[in-house]
Amino acid sequence: MNQIANLWYDKTFRRLLFQVLAVIGIAYFGYFVFDNTSTNLERLNIQPGFEFMNEIAGFMPTTDGMNLTGFDLDSSTHKDVFIVGVFNTLLLAVVGIILATVLGFVMGILRLSSNLIISFVSSAYVEGMRNIPLLLWILIWYFGVILAGPGVRQSLNIFDTIFINKRYIALPQPLYTDAITYAGAGVILALALIFILMKWAKKRLDNRGRDFPRFFTSLFLILLLPYLFLTLSGNTISWEFPHLKGFNYINGIQLPASYIAMLMALVFYTGAYIAEVVRAGILSVTSGQIDAARSIGLKQSQISRFVVIPQALRVIIPPLTSQYLNLTKNTSLAIAIGYTDLVNVFTGISLMQTGNALEIIVLTMAFYASVSLIISMFMNWFNKKVAIVER
Amino acid sequence: MNSVQKETTTYPIGLHPDLPPPVSERGLLKWLRKSLFNTWYNSIATILGLYFLWLVIPPTYDWLLGSATWEASSNKDCRAGAGGACWGFIKARFLLFMYGFYDANSLWRPNLAGALLICFATPVLIPKVPGTRFFAISLIFFYPWLALSLLVGPIEFSFLKTSSDLAIWAILILGFIAIGFWGIKINDLVKRGFGFGLAYFASALIFLNWGLGLDSVETTKFGGLLLTLVLALTSIAASLPLSILLALGRRAESLPVVMYACITFIELFRAVPLITVLFMAQFMIPLFLPQGYSFDDVGMALIGMILFFSAYLAEVVRGGLQAISKGQFEAAASIGLNYYKSTRLIILPQALKIVIPGIVNTFIAITKDTSLVMIIGLFDILNITKSSITDAKWLGLEWEGYAFVGLLFWILCFSMSRYSQWLEKRLDTDRRI
Repeated sequence: MNQIANLWYDKTFRRLLFQVLAVIGIAYFGYFVFDNTSTNLERLNIQPGFEFMNEIAGFMPTTDGMNLTGFDLDSSTHKDVFIVGVFNTLLLAVVGIILATVLGFVMGILRLSSNLIISFVSSAYVEGMRNIPLLLWILIWYFGVILAGPGVRQSLNIFDTIFINKRYIALPQPLYTDAITYAGAGVILALALIFILMKWAKKRLDNRGRDFPRFFTSLFLILLLPYLFLTLSGNTISWEFPHLKGFNYINGIQLPASYIAMLMALVFYTGAYIAEVVRAGILSVTSGQIDAARSIGLKQSQISRFVVIPQALRVIIPPLTSQYLNLTKNTSLAIAIGYTDLVNVFTGISLMQTGNALEIIVLTMAFYASVSLIISMFMNWFNKKVAIVER
Repeated sequence: MNSVQKETTTYPIGLHPDLPPPVSERGLLKWLRKSLFNTWYNSIATILGLYFLWLVIPPTYDWLLGSATWEASSNKDCRAGAGGACWGFIKARFLLFMYGFYDANSLWRPNLAGALLICFATPVLIPKVPGTRFFAISLIFFYPWLALSLLVGPIEFSFLKTSSDLAIWAILILGFIAIGFWGIKINDLVKRGFGFGLAYFASALIFLNWGLGLDSVETTKFGGLLLTLVLALTSIAASLPLSILLALGRRAESLPVVMYACITFIELFRAVPLITVLFMAQFMIPLFLPQGYSFDDVGMALIGMILFFSAYLAEVVRGGLQAISKGQFEAAASIGLNYYKSTRLIILPQALKIVIPGIVNTFIAITKDTSLVMIIGLFDILNITKSSITDAKWLGLEWEGYAFVGLLFWILCFSMSRYSQWLEKRLDTDRRI
């Protein structure tokens, strides 16, 4: 008896016992799920495995004006549906992240303004957005705002290039010719030069304390080089402009109303969260830092650039990363208004058609998990770059 | 004459009486000048901001209240009105918005459940009302079963059909209680907790089986604000304890199996959107269970939400655990507390206090994200609104419906965030210089 009690109070034994119990529990749970699933699949007559990905889908997973991956109704398979879904999801997430960052930084800075009216407008925006579900915002943008817009024939005409109506926004589309190759090469060369320039300018600033107009030089390079490449090779990019034919616009890219509504809702909603992140980051820089900077004679713009922003960024980046992840995951709400994102076309329609629920949901989750992983890896790398360098 | 004299009076240096500050340096004018018009760009911003507010606020007020129509039997009555919001629409469908398709004759049941919740929760949430301890224990241990019985009626268990089953269970419960008392007598914590815990769960099962003798109501009839609150409160109540276990498991470095299981669970659920988890619950749980066993749609949505949010909450709780210094663990161990006691009495109270803002933020997220069940076809308040405005009789009243739901959510979430700020201040026992 005493020996058993001793064993029970032995730390190593207890640890081992708990872990063995945990392994047994997890293994039993896994077996239970696996066993039931295989019986159920047999009963429901569903073929497990990914063969269904090569079957012809037989439905159109995207609108005609936004069929940018070249989906073909007669020959494309569920694999292509997956690709369309991924493309549309990423199109929404990337544009959304860029716009939400801009809006969030502007609103976060405005909320710190000493001007009461400006900070009131900004706080009202933040509190209004954060306390109402995103799904409601999506419905408001889609049914309340965009579907109340002008009809196709009464489209808002912006310089005969962009047409806005309640069904879509029609944009000009660049035609794929040699010109695109030349312009692309120019952009790549410009990016490479900018990269080298940044390194050089940083080194110069660190070593000699001399500043270099990095931003304007980069802007100049990225505009000039593609232009130079195009003119020297004698090419011009030709654009296909949308124009009204009968009751509809033809040619060009048509971003559907559901895309615009999703984008608006995501940008305004996430922008409010980013504004709070930015505000907290800037407030985390103590006023002593600013006083010190002023005392060594820095200008206001230099104080922001060399003292406030680098320190604030360290606080801002980790929560900003989770906001980016949230935005990406929230694109999955598109199914509510019928935007053709991954969840809508693949987890929605393909699942209903094939019945391979297990494989489809696992694939969808794997996609989101890998996007989350990539975003966090990139932001961790960026975070390391701005992190304080200690001895 | 007097003033002239004053002006001409000369004072020795340093003895001039204090004069009031100039008009522009005091009162409202100074405030205006300093905070709104101190620089040229601030002046422009102020004017633009005021113009923006003037553009937004008067028309919004006019639409919401000024020229709103309060009584209407269809959207035609509203079109004839002054052009404001058509609140008659909300009024006519108020019961649908609040209770969904719940039987009109049994509305006292959700009402009673709600009233009881308020009665139990008030002393817990507001420190001035007495009875905190008693009501907190009732809220955690008795209210859930009571509310479940009130809302859905009896839940029949196959092992509790006949009276002889009942007798066996009664004897079992008495046995468990005896073990519990024996545990008290020999001062054995494990026997005490084991005996009373099992007795409690067995009694709860018998109680649920009886279900207060009410008629049973299918969960498909749940809807509107009732469903939203049921989903939100159940997810909150169930995911908080689960998340504490997950967070403790994630930090249990001496138990690598448990630690990696918790890490996998947390990271998996945090990497995917809630929608896919809800789809998973809807399509995959039926596959995972043996034939003949199933949950209803509300139950499956709840399972998905609880798993999903417990992963998020676990990370919040872990933040609190990490903020507790090692000395606290060591001090607890040095006075002879075991893991369970030091965690419950020393670590968790401090850790949870630190992360109240994060926990409440997740509660707000849970409340907002209950609206996602719309996508798997449940009629929460948002879905009720969405389908109400497509009703031919009330066509074209999107803004009224959305404003109503938006305002409801806003009040719920904003009051939660304000309460957490107040709580944070009240619990702030740190001594500061």
